[in-house]
Amino acid sequence: MTLLLQYTLIFASVLLLVALGGCFAERSGVINIGLEGIMVIGALGGALVLKFLPVTVGPLVMVLATVAVSALFGLLFSLLLAVAAISFKADQTITGTAMNMLATAGATVAVKAMNTAASGGNDVSSDIAYTHTKDLLLVRIGNFEFNWFMLVAVICLVLSFVALYKTKFGLRLRACGEHPQAAASVGVDVLKMRYAGVLISGLLGGLGGIVYITAGVSVWKFENGVAGFGFLAMAVMIFGGWHPLKIALASLLFGFCRALGNVYSGFDFMVALNIPSVVYNMLPYIISLVVLAFTSKKSQGPKAAGVPYDKGTR
Amino acid sequence: MKNKFSDIIRKDGFQTLLASLICILGGLFVGYLVLLIIEPSGAFEAIVAVMKSFLRYPGALKMKYFGQVLTRTVPLLMCALSVLFAYKVGMFNIGVAGQYVAGACAGLYAALAWNLPWYLCLICAMLAGALLGAAAGFLKTKCNVNIVISGIMLNWIILYVTNLVLTSVKSPTSPYTKGLQGSNPAALLPGMGLGQFFNNEKSVTIGIPLAILMAVVVWVILNKTKFGYELKATGNNYNAAKYAGMKENRNIILTMMIAGALAGMGAGLLYLTGIEEWETTISSVPGMGFNGIAVAFLGGLSPLGSILSAFFIQYITTGGGNVDLQVYCSQISSLISALIIYLCAFVAFFKFFMASVIRKQEEKKAAALKAAENKEGGEG
Repeated sequence: MTLLLQYTLIFASVLLLVALGGCFAERSGVINIGLEGIMVIGALGGALVLKFLPVTVGPLVMVLATVAVSALFGLLFSLLLAVAAISFKADQTITGTAMNMLATAGATVAVKAMNTAASGGNDVSSDIAYTHTKDLLLVRIGNFEFNWFMLVAVICLVLSFVALYKTKFGLRLRACGEHPQAAASVGVDVLKMRYAGVLISGLLGGLGGIVYITAGVSVWKFENGVAGFGFLAMAVMIFGGWHPLKIALASLLFGFCRALGNVYSGFDFMVALNIPSVVYNMLPYIISLVVLAFTSKKSQGPKAAGVPYDKGTR
Repeated sequence: MKNKFSDIIRKDGFQTLLASLICILGGLFVGYLVLLIIEPSGAFEAIVAVMKSFLRYPGALKMKYFGQVLTRTVPLLMCALSVLFAYKVGMFNIGVAGQYVAGACAGLYAALAWNLPWYLCLICAMLAGALLGAAAGFLKTKCNVNIVISGIMLNWIILYVTNLVLTSVKSPTSPYTKGLQGSNPAALLPGMGLGQFFNNEKSVTIGIPLAILMAVVVWVILNKTKFGYELKATGNNYNAAKYAGMKENRNIILTMMIAGALAGMGAGLLYLTGIEEWETTISSVPGMGFNGIAVAFLGGLSPLGSILSAFFIQYITTGGGNVDLQVYCSQISSLISALIIYLCAFVAFFKFFMASVIRKQEEKKAAALKAAENKEGGEG
């Protein structure tokens, strides 16, 4: 039972971070399909820190360095979307899709090159192992493994809520996603706000990436990307009505479904049901489709999300 | 001569071609930079090896590999047709990857479990793809589910279903499905003697002319029929199409069905040649569908342009295997394709830029002409 709780919380943290990222981008008026790719690049940055920083630095430095580097990687990668979609008014869906392909291919090429060079051509895998440093991220309370990233996710949730709903910046950002021309007419710099939205989403998405790959395993194969988790997070965002607190609840639900796949073999009654394990693998995707089918009709996203800003229209 | 050039440059087709060429060059250039960063000494040979692809093999082998590249171009082209067809009605069909998987699942299961002949297997593949496409279209029109997200979810669901279903017809000793040649040769696509042009390569079948035929059919539907007109109208302005009396929701579902059928057929046309088997332990959605998106945009969203771009993308994907694997890795070609599609996102801007340059030049010319006239007038 503790195991189920632990996995639920850690997967919920991933979904929460990435969905908050998506929320910032869409609230500013840019649909960030590239979250999946941003997660991969963020995960790459964090994994490199975990691999190369010595264990002796202690948990605090390790957690902070991992968080900082993966957030930075995600932020830099999201610039690809920001420049194309905001400055050049490119189609946001194509750009995002390209970023997802680019991230997986780029991370694979980079990790393979690194492994190949380090082993003199013997190891051509796309794996990064961080077995030795992963323990620094955890605090054991009885059977329960508390992960510092859970705290990071909660901090990000509080900060996001305050930033979006209690500050001038948040009000302006949301205005740019609803009616950019109106926002511009009262002196808000729409392009700057949209850059801010996308870059924050890159930062949070990158963080989500490192949390995801350290959630259950201590070796990650970068060829596999992040298995559609970025898109699951977008489903969480829609289900959560683009609002940080509802997103938090939604990510708990989805995190629970994902966790079942990891731990169902520990429950006798679930094993007795004799359901093939692939069904548990499919569960988060099926649930998200069903949930979206029932909630999308009413859901109202930011009105101008996905539309490039054009000064000339009214 | 100069007039002719300025006429050509204004043509939309020419601008698309130019933009695509720039995207390709940009992609190759950045790919080369990446190779340089990994290991400068062999980078040039590596990028040349990628670009030479099958051409680097001698005589007879060259034709054999050429045949294989063509066979693998077929599903890529079909996926691209699926993407561009759906895109005309305003749907971004990222579910193409899942529709392709569904086609592979149904086609192979029909061939191996039911021992059906090839044409029925192909129809099963198309139906499975169509069903999945229709599901995404239905979720969009009836429940307003974002088509990209439902597409991705369906991709993963169908991947697991396929692994589950095809495990029942897998070979006892490997994770791959049983070979068609040994289990049910009637399910293999007929070669019609096409293989003899490619050094008797067995995988060269009627799949290749069939795919080109489908590209022509898609072009005809889009450009010469009422249905195609309605689709484009719905894509351009959903509400205007609705007020004009077009059945916009039915059209969207129908479009997604056709798009799904095209992708499913693509999978059938690959797996029913026996060139490869399905790996039942595969843990990520095959890249074929996603590459189809790259092909569609690189081909300027035109069915005929897609034939060329599909061949090109498959050509460099095959070329990726040529690099020295002791130093580089074959994914360099996926990186190049991804870069190309990223650059394709800038095509609209590029065209806008070209148009404004042309306009400015014309204005300058007109102003100069006017100035000259005024001068002449003043002298007279």
